[in-house]
Amino acid sequence: MTESPNDPTRDGAAFAEEVRAEARRELETATTPERSSDLVELRDVRLSFGDNHVLNGITMGVGAGQTLCILGGSGVGKSTVLRLILRLLLPDSGEVLVEGRDISAVSNVDVLELRERMGMVFQGSALFDSLDVFDNVAFPLYEHTGMGDEAIMERVHEVLSFVDLDPDDVLRLLPAELSGGMRKRVAIARAIVHKPPILLFDEPTSGLDPITTRTIDELILKLRRELSVCAVVVTHDIRSAARIATETALLKDGQIIFNGTPEEMFSSEDSYVRTFLS
Amino acid sequence: MFGIAVSVHEYFTLLARLLRSCVTRPFYRRDVVQQMDTIGVASLFIVVLTGLFTGMVLALQSAVEMERFGATIYIGRLVGASTVRELGPVLTALMVTGRAGAGMAAAIGAMRVTEQVDALRTMGVDPIRKLVAPRFLAALIMLPLLTIVADLVAILGGLLIAVVKLDLTAELYMRSVYETLAQTGFVLRYIPIDLIQGLVKPLAFGGIMAVTSCFYGLRTTGGTEGVGRATTQAVVTTSILVLAVDYFLTQILIVLFVG
Ligand SMILES: Nc1ncnc2c1ncn2[C@@H]1O[C@H](COP(=O)(O)OP(=O)(O)O)[C@@H](O)[C@H]1O
Ligand SMILES: [Mg+2]
Repeated sequence: MTESPNDPTRDGAAFAEEVRAEARRELETATTPERSSDLVELRDVRLSFGDNHVLNGITMGVGAGQTLCILGGSGVGKSTVLRLILRLLLPDSGEVLVEGRDISAVSNVDVLELRERMGMVFQGSALFDSLDVFDNVAFPLYEHTGMGDEAIMERVHEVLSFVDLDPDDVLRLLPAELSGGMRKRVAIARAIVHKPPILLFDEPTSGLDPITTRTIDELILKLRRELSVCAVVVTHDIRSAARIATETALLKDGQIIFNGTPEEMFSSEDSYVRTFLS
Repeated sequence: MFGIAVSVHEYFTLLARLLRSCVTRPFYRRDVVQQMDTIGVASLFIVVLTGLFTGMVLALQSAVEMERFGATIYIGRLVGASTVRELGPVLTALMVTGRAGAGMAAAIGAMRVTEQVDALRTMGVDPIRKLVAPRFLAALIMLPLLTIVADLVAILGGLLIAVVKLDLTAELYMRSVYETLAQTGFVLRYIPIDLIQGLVKPLAFGGIMAVTSCFYGLRTTGGTEGVGRATTQAVVTTSILVLAVDYFLTQILIVLFVG
C-alpha cells in the first residue's frame, strides 16, 4: 500500500517500517542536490487534479530575507503552490526544493523534519477552535520539543509580544473570542514559535479591514527585518504586495506570466499585468 | 460504481491507519477522556429516554397478546430478552449516532474546511492519531456502557408498566427477566451469555460509528454546506451499517453460543 500525500488523512509518521527501508535505500543512492541560495525553489512544477491542470510548469525561487508575493486571481493555484512547498501535495513532475532538498525525495518519516523548517499562516488562520490562545501557540512546542512548561510559557509570551498582542490579555481566550486581526496575529505567533527560517502566508489580509491589513503587512515586514525570514506570501491584494514584496510572481492559467521586483511589475508593459494591476 | 469502490478502499485505508495509531506512540490520552466525556454527556439523557419508552412499549404490546393466553407473567421474559439481545444495543447505537456520531462528523468536517486538519499536518501531527483514534477508543468504551444503561432503564420501564397497568408484582416480573437471561447460561458463573452478546454488539457499533463519522468528516469539502452534507452522510451510513452488521453479528453469535 503506498500512501498518497494528496490524501487529507495522510499520516506524517506512518508506515514506519516500509518507509524506513525506503529511506535507507535513498541514503545509499542519494546525491547531494545542487546547492542554491534559495531556501524555497520550484523547478518546472506541474500539477493536475484530474482534468484540471492547475500548474503547468512553474519555476520560482526565494532566498533568506526575501519576501515573494504570489499574485493572481482566485482559483489559479496560489494556495496549491503553498501546499506543495509544505509537502501536503506532491508535484506530478518538476521539483520542489526546500533548503535544497527535493520534497518528493523526502520520506514520510523525515517530513516532520522538513516541516519544522517552515511555518504556515493559513487563510482563515486555522487556529484550533477547541484550544485557547496559549494552547494554540504552544501546540508545536508541546508536540515536538522536550521543552519544559516554563520555557514554553516564556516562549509563548515572547512570540505573542512580537506580534503585538498582550499575552496577559489573550492567553486564555478561545479563537472564537478574538477579532479577525487578532486571530491572524495568533496564527502568525503559532507559525513562528519554533523559529522556522521559512514562512508561508495564504492571503494573510483577505477579509480584514484596511487598517488591520496595514498592521498585518507591517508585521510581515518586521519578520523580515528582525528575523530575516524567507517568506512566500500568497495574495490578491496588490497594495499589500507593493508594501511587503521584494519579489513578485503573477500567476495565470497555471503559469507565471510575470516575475520580478514590485517596481518592475508596476512599470510592466504586459497587458495582463496592467489589467491585473488596475 | 467506481466512486463507491474508491470510497470503500479509502474507508479501509483509514481503518488500517487508525488501528496502527491505536497501538503505536504517541497516544493522545487526554483526548480520549475528553471524547468519552463528550459522548457520555451528549447521549446519556437520550439513551435513558430511549430505554424507558422502549421497555414500556414492549411491556404494553406483549401484554395485549399475552393476556389472551393468561400468560402475562412472561412479560418480563419478553422485555428482558428483546432488550438485552437486540433493542438495547441497536437503539442505543442509533441514538448515539444521531447525537455523538453527527457531532464527530461535524467537528472534524469543520476542522477540515477551516484548514485546521492541514494545520495539524504542517505541525507534524497525524490527524488520524490526534482526531480519529481518540474518538474511536472513546466510542468503544462508551457504547457498551450506554447500552447497559439503556438495558437497565428499559427493564425498569417494563417493570413500571407490569406493576401499574398489568397488576403483576415486581418480584414476579423481575424473576421472569432473570429467568430469560439465565436460560442461555453464564460465563464465569455470574455473567449471562445474553449480556455478553449484548455487549459485543455495542462494541462493534461504537467502532463503526466512530470510523464512519470521522471518515465523512475528514473528506468534507465545500465549506459549511459540505459540513452539513458530511454530517448527514455519516448518520445515514452508520445507521444502515449498524442494522446490517447487527444481522450478521446475531447470526455469528447464535452459532457461537446457541447453535
Ligand atoms: N484537493 C483538491 N482536489 C481537487 N481540486 C483542487 C484541490 N485543491 C485545489 N483544487 C483546484 O485547484 C485550483 C486551484 O486552487 P487553489 O490553489 O486553492 O486556488 P487559489 O488559492 O489561487 O484561489 C482550483 O480550481 C481548485 O478547485
Ligand atoms: Mg487560495
